[in-house]
Amino acid sequence: MKSSPHRPDESQYLNCIRCGLCLSVCPTYREYLSETASPRGRTALARKGLEGELELSPNLIEQMYSCFACMACNDACPVGIRPADLAVGMRQVQEQNQPAEWKQTLFGGLIPKPGRMELATLPLRLYEQLGLRRVLYTLGLRKVLPPRMRDMEAMLPRLPQRPLRQVLPEVTEAKGKNRNQVGFFLGCAQSLMFADESSATVRVLARNGSTVITPKETVCCGMPAAGYGRQDLVMEQAQHNIALYEQADVETIITDCATCGSTLKEYGHLLKNDPDWAERADVFSKKVRDVSEFLMSIPLEKPQGRIEARVTYHDPCHLRRGQGVWKQPREILKMIDGIDFIDLPEADWCCGSAGSQLITHYGTSLKVLGRKMDNLENSQAEYIASGCPGCQMQLNVGIRQRGLDVQVVHPIELLDRAYTQ
Amino acid sequence: MTPIIFAELEQITGKDGILHTPEDLAVYSYDGTFAEHRPDVVVLPRTTEQVSQIVKLAARERIPLVTRGMGSGLAAASVPFIGGITLSMTRMNRILEIDEANATVRTEAGVVTADLQTAVELVGLFYPPDPSSIRHSTIGGNIACNAGGPRCLKYGVTGDYVLGLTVVLADGRILNSGGKLIKDVVGYDLNALFTGSEGTLGIITEAILRLVAKPKFARTALVEFSALDDSSRTVNAILSAGIVPATIELMDETAIACIEESLHLGLPLDVEATLLIETDGTDEDCVLREIEAIAKICRDCGARQVKVAKSEAERSNLWKARRSVSPALARKAPNKLGEDITVPRTAIPEAIRQLKAVSVKYGLPIVIFGHAGDGNLHPNILFDKRDPEQWKKVEQMVAEEFEIALRLGGTLSGEHGVGALKRPYIGNALGEVSIDIQKRIKAALDPLNVLNPGKVLPD
Repeated sequence: MKSSPHRPDESQYLNCIRCGLCLSVCPTYREYLSETASPRGRTALARKGLEGELELSPNLIEQMYSCFACMACNDACPVGIRPADLAVGMRQVQEQNQPAEWKQTLFGGLIPKPGRMELATLPLRLYEQLGLRRVLYTLGLRKVLPPRMRDMEAMLPRLPQRPLRQVLPEVTEAKGKNRNQVGFFLGCAQSLMFADESSATVRVLARNGSTVITPKETVCCGMPAAGYGRQDLVMEQAQHNIALYEQADVETIITDCATCGSTLKEYGHLLKNDPDWAERADVFSKKVRDVSEFLMSIPLEKPQGRIEARVTYHDPCHLRRGQGVWKQPREILKMIDGIDFIDLPEADWCCGSAGSQLITHYGTSLKVLGRKMDNLENSQAEYIASGCPGCQMQLNVGIRQRGLDVQVVHPIELLDRAYTQ
Repeated sequence: MTPIIFAELEQITGKDGILHTPEDLAVYSYDGTFAEHRPDVVVLPRTTEQVSQIVKLAARERIPLVTRGMGSGLAAASVPFIGGITLSMTRMNRILEIDEANATVRTEAGVVTADLQTAVELVGLFYPPDPSSIRHSTIGGNIACNAGGPRCLKYGVTGDYVLGLTVVLADGRILNSGGKLIKDVVGYDLNALFTGSEGTLGIITEAILRLVAKPKFARTALVEFSALDDSSRTVNAILSAGIVPATIELMDETAIACIEESLHLGLPLDVEATLLIETDGTDEDCVLREIEAIAKICRDCGARQVKVAKSEAERSNLWKARRSVSPALARKAPNKLGEDITVPRTAIPEAIRQLKAVSVKYGLPIVIFGHAGDGNLHPNILFDKRDPEQWKKVEQMVAEEFEIALRLGGTLSGEHGVGALKRPYIGNALGEVSIDIQKRIKAALDPLNVLNPGKVLPD
């Protein structure tokens, strides 16, 4: 095996005592009940692969891709091993040994180019806007789609007419007395699919005294490339975004996407060995806040409106474990009069989205989602809030599969609604 | 192992019940120890009938068969050192019946112990055994190793809760022993025979377990001692006073330091030993009175400080500390070898002194913690297995640890079992007569030596 600069070093696996505690928190282990699908198993495979005892075979690499990177094992490990990070690190080793051309095209050529992404997703917006989607649903044609297609279709939220990037002003003035100026990092999925949510985020920030600066030239945070072993592309994207925000005069950079937030907060760590970028990346990462984290750190206006509904909350992995933010979104929801807040059992278990697992690991993803749906159904909630586009799409798949009457929302959407009612 | 055998196994369990890629075999090569050897195939049955068919096949073909649950064992009992079939029971994970009126639960072997506890607690019942691996070990594995845990001081070990078993024998026959009966003296006690047999006599597929009423209240105290001897005296003083706490857990200074380093709970770093003591019961006043009486005894015996947890959060932090000792040690060194020798509880101070002397003699750290109330100690040697020098020392140290235990009237293992790692020492512990009888039992139940060969008993 050729040596590579981004090989996980032995400290990432050496002290694994194989106690097995990670098995108890792993969503893929819980579904398959086999060691191969467990964090301890993946850690052993990574070690044996790196130390040459096993070949880095397609099946070994597949075990690294079958990890949902929900990071529950990272949190549980009493020794401090991070099996999920190791699995992602192994994908990187594979990309360096045998680069896949399509990944360059997708993660290098398409995803970090907002314009191309907007063009590529145009057919989806037309599908919504020309009424094709309504026709599909009213005529019951959805049912004739093969199940897998039907689930992909069900992932789509109500798509905006135009990507938010094209609509949102660069500067949104604070309402009332201006207290501060914040940057808003508009994520790809938020702009292309969940524009209403990010519009709500900006409104809520402005209402609470922030002038919101939204640089339009941001590129993808880098998470998709990281998940597919292209750390090199993540670094390029990070540098672009860091340089961009250095132009803006902001003390805080806010995002309403759990995934973007967790990646942006990692830039400092990611670039720590690059003398040109280490400090700049560190400064950038320290400014990043999830919107709920930021709102609960300022004197937040209590909404006057009421929302009479049973509401529950699902923790995005990238928010709870990626950023340690879990109290704040719940506190925001509980602040709204009329909301009957229900704790979702196993709220912090992965929903099975994990970025693209519904596409790449359809069967497992649906199994993991099934457990989430059982809990949701038992909770009898009318709304499930979750500040992550990936989770929201996945939850929508489950809800449509079961025909549940539950709305998937971003917590900030409910706050915005309570303000404006 | 021929393709025909793979095909036959596949016929029994279906395609998804058989694993044999190099990656699958590699991850089924270990348990909770450093020992490793690959099986030739992994089979994940879903019913007792399937297990029976698999065993018949193994017997016919003379293929060794090693049963395992979640692989958290600490004696390498489930490592397939001569290959063959590894039978993973994890997919037999249904709780079949909770009988509230008779306070019993009937369960398949692959149910995770913590899940079983949660399920019975929902109806106000309680399954007390609490090995540290409670969330990552199965009931079947717990029974096969007769697992213990801190609460055993008051409540007894796993075996004390086994009322009935379904066992697949080495010839594939299915044995049902016991039932929902508290009293049952008809014939030999086969439940007891299979409990702790580590997969060498039969394969436990189902169990009927006794449950008790759930204690409603618990009080926990962390007691600090400047001198280790005082802590040991305290244990005896408490038990002699007629109080039976649920737990009395000992942690030595190194153990405390390791936990504090990884968890930052504010534990004292300038003590020689601490005891973690818990009382529980259904009457709040009684539980409180007991912990107060214990606190007084501790102070009289020279405790420097007694801190009673004031809230559930404080209590759960203390237990978090205790449960994390073993893994926290792994931050110190790549490998650790934890034994679980047991001595009469009056011999604890002497055992600890002698263990510390072994550590000094070989120059490798031994961290000591354990269930002081029942004399069950966990001396853990910290080392790096990649260094052959160190590994040689560790082997000698382990032998000396066992000698200490036996010399003081104790034994090799209180709860981990013999497996492969303690097998070389079992002769000294049991003596010729006992070994002879046990070999005959094994030969009677498994004449072809198919079930977990090379474990527990010497050749």
